[in-house]
Amino acid sequence: MSTFHRSGSRSAGLTTKILAAHGAGDAAPGALATVTCDLVMMNDVSGSLAMRSFERMGAARVFDPERVVLVADHFVPAKDVRSAELVRDLRRFAERHGIEHYYELGRTAEAGIEHTCTYGAFGALGLGFGSTDIASALALGEVWVRMPETIRIEFVGQPGPWTAGKDLILAVLRQTGSAGATYGALEFSGDVVDGLSVDDRMALCNMAIETGAKSGICAPNDAVLDWLEDRSVPRTDVLAADVGGYDHLLRVDVEGLPPLVARPPDPGAVTAVDELPSGLLLDQVYVGNCSNGTLSDLRQLVAGLAGRRVALGTRLIVVPASNAIHRAALAEGLIETLVTAGAVIVPPTCGACFGGHMGILGPGERALATTNRNFRGRMGHPDSEVYLSNAAVAGASAAAGAIVDPRTS
Amino acid sequence: MSATTPLSGCVVRLGDDVNTDLVLAGEYLNLTDPDELATHLLERFEPPVADRIGPGTILLAGRAFGGGSSREQAVLAVVARGVTALVAASFARIFFRNAVNLGLPAVECPGAWRDVKDGDEITIDLDSGMLARPQDGATWSFPALPPFVADLLAVGGLEQWTRKRLQAIGPAD
Repeated sequence: MSTFHRSGSRSAGLTTKILAAHGAGDAAPGALATVTCDLVMMNDVSGSLAMRSFERMGAARVFDPERVVLVADHFVPAKDVRSAELVRDLRRFAERHGIEHYYELGRTAEAGIEHTCTYGAFGALGLGFGSTDIASALALGEVWVRMPETIRIEFVGQPGPWTAGKDLILAVLRQTGSAGATYGALEFSGDVVDGLSVDDRMALCNMAIETGAKSGICAPNDAVLDWLEDRSVPRTDVLAADVGGYDHLLRVDVEGLPPLVARPPDPGAVTAVDELPSGLLLDQVYVGNCSNGTLSDLRQLVAGLAGRRVALGTRLIVVPASNAIHRAALAEGLIETLVTAGAVIVPPTCGACFGGHMGILGPGERALATTNRNFRGRMGHPDSEVYLSNAAVAGASAAAGAIVDPRTS
Repeated sequence: MSATTPLSGCVVRLGDDVNTDLVLAGEYLNLTDPDELATHLLERFEPPVADRIGPGTILLAGRAFGGGSSREQAVLAVVARGVTALVAASFARIFFRNAVNLGLPAVECPGAWRDVKDGDEITIDLDSGMLARPQDGATWSFPALPPFVADLLAVGGLEQWTRKRLQAIGPAD
């Protein structure tokens, strides 16, 4: 944390204000507090344990069925009988407790994102929890938290061509490493963030947890407010961070930033794409999921392919993040272009990102993915490798059959 | 608060950055039975340690123990093996929460990671914040757990805590 500068200010950041408004009061960083939840979300994997724990707690009902969202995403379409049972249990739980926000195949779940910190793209505080926390929150509508220190990430300058939200967060990871911000709450700022699209903000916030942080958030801009209005999301008060309202400041120079790549097995091992050794041949290119499966990402993927076919010996697997994105990509002709180029389109699912199904790597295989983690064995065999990049790098690399720089390929 | 008996056990040393994918691989997340999950605990860890983890084991790790996925199945597998406690130079936040929520003591003690060897017998006194190696009398201190976390451990975890809370509140209607 030596690169962070303490502000010494007593004013508050966005994260602190949101927690304060939800019951934390003026609890100081490091103190424990109980906060109320506006929304409790669980999926087929976290839910499988949470539902059992909820029953054992003796809870008769969820605290508010309107504020509970269930998303079957990890193992859908069910990969085997046990997965089918997990999804069935989740569906039954929704029925039993009158939960209307239940999302499975074919239904759009704008909230269906695994990396909960992605909510920060919308100026909301999304915190990831395990199953027992979720069970308790389902019963009580509240959760215990340790008040985080706020880390203001100030991007300076404008990134170069062929970069996206992914490269901004990889630039942060290049400085923090994969545990450098543990327990902190990231707050992203700077001109580049003010002008960022919703899709790029989601990509930016999604990997906040890879720094060890508990959350990442951007103050909402007009693009966010328009996006929410288009989807009839009720407006709530928009809070603003105080000037100097942070515990630490990290400046990240992104002027002319090149596309970045995280090398296995560490999301914090970040290198400029043109500094990688050449000839990193690829068995698989995997684009999509909660990290980078938006319409913007699919457009970047197509731009990176630049009319070429997927290289012989390389598989391109594309996972639109939602049914709505899939439909929009169809309407734009992106899916046609991708399938013609040799890509396979997989329905919205956490899929192979976490080594679940639909694109598992065998021993010795190498993948380039737009997902958020590249730990050893993450996508399959322990002796497989995953590099992480934006979708444009993925497109160019799928065409080349090796990791290449889209600026020069 | 009444004093608890010091914990004791035999150390199995892991490494830095032991993430939850290593503790329990994603392919097993369709399992729900704790004993079945436990058979896959750390099965990809090099060098192999899984066979040595059982009742009385204290797992000792370095930086960022349990980083990555929120999968509670990873901690459930540790608990099902009968592990006594976790000690690490530092924990990833969700993994730490999941441990204490399941009633498994988790202690941050960089000194222990630096000095304690694989196979050492150690004791952990949660009340006094002291980790000790009786063999040579060496000790290491660690910050006391916050009172709420100590309460969670005392009742066996968040499930039991919430159960009591619901009983205290009584039926809503």
